[in-house]
Amino acid sequence: MRIGVVCPYSWDVPGGVQFHVRDLAEHLIRLGHEVSVLAPSDDETPLPSYVVSAGRAVPVPYNGSVARLNFGFLSAARVRRWLHEGRFDVLHIHEPATPSLSLLACWAAQGPIVATFHTSNPRSRAMIAAYPILQPALEKISARIAVSEYARRTLVEHLGGDAVTIPNGVDVGFFSGAEPEPAWQGGPDARTIGFIGRIDEPRKGLPVLMKALPAILEAAPGTRLLVAGRGDEQEAVAQLPAAMRGNVEFLGMVSDEDKARLLRSVDLYVAPNTGGESFGIILVEAMSAGAPVLAADLDAFEQVLDGGAAGELFPVGRADALADSAVRLLADPARRTGLRERGSRHVRRFDWSTVGADILAVYETVTDGAASVAPDERTGLRARFGLARD
Amino acid sequence: MPTLTTVIWIVVALLLVGVYLSWTAGRLDRLHARIDAARAALDAALLRRASIAQELATAGVLDPAASMVLHQAAHGARQADQDQREVAESELSQALRAVFAESAQFEAVRAAPGGRETAADLSAAVRRVPMARRFHNDAVRAARALRRHRTVRWFRLAGHAPFPLAFEMDDEPPRLPADPGRGPSAE
Repeated sequence: MRIGVVCPYSWDVPGGVQFHVRDLAEHLIRLGHEVSVLAPSDDETPLPSYVVSAGRAVPVPYNGSVARLNFGFLSAARVRRWLHEGRFDVLHIHEPATPSLSLLACWAAQGPIVATFHTSNPRSRAMIAAYPILQPALEKISARIAVSEYARRTLVEHLGGDAVTIPNGVDVGFFSGAEPEPAWQGGPDARTIGFIGRIDEPRKGLPVLMKALPAILEAAPGTRLLVAGRGDEQEAVAQLPAAMRGNVEFLGMVSDEDKARLLRSVDLYVAPNTGGESFGIILVEAMSAGAPVLAADLDAFEQVLDGGAAGELFPVGRADALADSAVRLLADPARRTGLRERGSRHVRRFDWSTVGADILAVYETVTDGAASVAPDERTGLRARFGLARD
Repeated sequence: MPTLTTVIWIVVALLLVGVYLSWTAGRLDRLHARIDAARAALDAALLRRASIAQELATAGVLDPAASMVLHQAAHGARQADQDQREVAESELSQALRAVFAESAQFEAVRAAPGGRETAADLSAAVRRVPMARRFHNDAVRAARALRRHRTVRWFRLAGHAPFPLAFEMDDEPPRLPADPGRGPSAE
């Protein structure tokens, strides 16, 4: 099958959608499909052979933050050329409801189009204003995929219609096969807790964990907290008593390999996020590596953890509840082993072998009896007047 | 010359209205084509599921009672008239759920000679029916929303195309255990 994938965010900036597109493309190529990914990128950045650059993304303030987007005639021309040369059987776009390359591709193409909705943003003013323009583009999408039941609910509320839920994929074997790092492993009276995420992004919840840490250290003095992620380390420990700062180790940005080894080594993985999550891929990665998970009870997390069966949940933002659960789990090896086993069984549904098969089933469903993807000539101005004269 | 200017403005306005109408008609046409494709895919998915169910029922790997239930439901789904189809397909969903409620039944299918492929086909078939149905009903909803629009109704842009109907059925698949030989590490 010839598959065209559009990634709306810059290839050179790490992010959840980019990783998902990369892993999906590589998985499909391994299965013998022809895949081409169109993504914004600096022309100097080296790209994998299957990625086509759509030009540099321009930073624009949008929806309260700075988004890097592609628009304008040059991008539109590149999209049309890519569509024309690719002759794809199916076009798979990601995040089509933001002003991005995906929306441009959706606007410019006709034929079987599959769209994946990753985030569950509240409906923005811009979207309401643009709705009459957006709707004709969005109604070309033959199949919608939401990455979680939560993302699907928001999609249905905002845009109407329906979507199938297919979770994000994880290479379970990569995490379960990683070598544990002895320096990150805990002993019987010096357990280790792991946290991965941006330090300076409050929604990732490190401040909640820092607030819970004194109570945890009081009950289990030898415990160490290992933090992997970008941000100001001094500021992160500022509210912690000086004597306890030695129990926090910052690892900075870690590679994928080190991330897997960290998750494989720790006695407990804590995800204290306070919001803004529509899936929670890090929890799946932690479970794949066999780390017992303690997470905030966000809708998305609750769903990934099978309603609390595959990992423990605590009320969002409640440092005292987090500390209680962490102390209890750290003192109870049997419960941790139970969580490890249940987690490892549960993550099999997130493995690329399962997720990839589901995505391919969607492709096959929409391509059954449909023509292939082509540039939509009707959007050309000349063609429009040609039609108008009829 | 005010009259000439007025005429030019009227011509421009008419032209714009014409462009808008032709564009809306094109949108509607594309939506109808999308419904047709989605409906064909849904028919294919339903037929595939009924075929594999019938194959299982006549293969002799299930007990006689389960075979009869499954055969009856699969036969009913394949032979149903258009207006009875939703009910018949729902009954097949219920029969599949009842037959495969115990995982031992599915293990028996898998253990039979050539059963691995049949089991994989069944898992794929029951998974695709809800998928195809959602895509179909999503297309129907989009078309209905556009057809309710004033412009479309006043100018009769939908022509003689029938008002699209959603396909309503119980498509909850049975809980089939994953193939242990095809786990995450098998790839």
